[in-house]
Amino acid sequence: MIKVTNLWKYFDNVAVIEDITVSFHKGMTNLIIGQSGSGKTVLLKCIMGLLEAEKGNILYDGQDFIKMDSAKKQLLRKEMGVLFQGGALFDSLTVEENIMFPLNMFTKYSKEEKLERVNFCLNRVNLGKVNKLYPSELSGGMKKRVAIARAIANNPKYLFCDEPNSGLDPKTAIVIDKLIKEITEEYNITTIINTHDMNSVMEIGARVAFIHQGKLWWEGSNNDILFSSNKELNSFVYASELLKKLK
Amino acid sequence: MKFFFHIGRYFDLLGKVLSVPEKFSIFRKQVIVEIDNLGIDSLGIVAIISVFIGAVATIQTAFNTDHPLLPDYAVGFATRQMLILEFSPTMIALILAGKVGSRIASEIGSMRVTEQIDALEAMGVNSASYLILPKIIAAVFINPFLVIISIFLGLCGGWLVSKFTDVLPISHYMSGILLEFSQYDITYALIKTVVFAFLITTISGYFGYYTKGGALDVGNSSTKAVVFSSIFIIFFNLVLTQILLA
Repeated sequence: MIKVTNLWKYFDNVAVIEDITVSFHKGMTNLIIGQSGSGKTVLLKCIMGLLEAEKGNILYDGQDFIKMDSAKKQLLRKEMGVLFQGGALFDSLTVEENIMFPLNMFTKYSKEEKLERVNFCLNRVNLGKVNKLYPSELSGGMKKRVAIARAIANNPKYLFCDEPNSGLDPKTAIVIDKLIKEITEEYNITTIINTHDMNSVMEIGARVAFIHQGKLWWEGSNNDILFSSNKELNSFVYASELLKKLK
Repeated sequence: MKFFFHIGRYFDLLGKVLSVPEKFSIFRKQVIVEIDNLGIDSLGIVAIISVFIGAVATIQTAFNTDHPLLPDYAVGFATRQMLILEFSPTMIALILAGKVGSRIASEIGSMRVTEQIDALEAMGVNSASYLILPKIIAAVFINPFLVIISIFLGLCGGWLVSKFTDVLPISHYMSGILLEFSQYDITYALIKTVVFAFLITTISGYFGYYTKGGALDVGNSSTKAVVFSSIFIIFFNLVLTQILLA
């Protein structure tokens, strides 16, 4: 479980995250939703430690990440898997080498064991025979799958996904969403997904936190969203004319 | 103020870069790859430029020192000294600042804007050390060899001019390049080369590492890397010459 309490983050003396307190549960797909520029990526990066928050606490299973020394932070990061918006696969490495990367860095597995793990992860994301391909030779959806495979290669306890289905067609996007949900439940991972895609919210949003203007505006499940009376949340959820009519 | 900000951040980055590699087996492989990318790949351009500069330097010196009181072997002597003391260590460093520096900055800059560096950090890898340290070690190791090759090929360029033109007799050229040879000159050239290799890789790494934005910014970082590497090479050339030869 990851618990964020009273978190503040400033850029040039302007608060982009204001006093956010929110919990992300184990074995569940926790979604952070909000408009572009609402601060959800900054919040996710603060939680991952890629940005330093000015105030507040981030507790990883009770351990305060902000107060940890850099050595402990490095150790904790080895338990994180991250899926970036563009996949962030290493261009110079093949698919196999990309997935093997965390294993090479942090484990003492033999070459055979590493290869076995790579193939297991690739099968888990329903990809085969792509081991020797380079990221530039893959489609958008395949890149996302490889990135998921790399993220889960080292058995992470925490999985962070920044807009995992951006740039994908709706069908592939749902496949990726479902895959993340399955992996989260199967390995009992604390997963946080940053998205503004309402299809994802309705499909996999076990817990949803709505961020608006840097503040936590609403919290609940995907079913609760439909019945919420929160004005800002409704204007975000029912942004299109079609959805307004449907509501 | 901005200058001091960059200096401070540069040394902060150096602090992160100059740390013990997380896995030596991976580090060793990276260094070998970088020796190939930064050194072996530069051999062609270094060779071509050195031969031609050596040849031109011989012709220029011969024409400009055409005086009854100056012996012919002074041409060989001047060519050798020019190649060892200035051309090979400094000019080759400037050429490498353009070739290698832009490569380093654009490679690391592209990794920054495509979140590959964030991915490394999120995995718990010291990205600065992982990306920049192998390049520093590779350049510091391979550049002295490039400079030695450059000196040799530059002298060969002069030899070719003596052999195939009537600028000066080849025997005079050979006695000139063997005249009062001091090993310290080579030491001086190699010290400069090592310092310049460090400057090129760290300054270019710095601009690449702190790239923000998109493709245009990667191009800007690459340009800044070449410009600032060149400026610092020229500046440190003066400082080192004063310290080592004065």
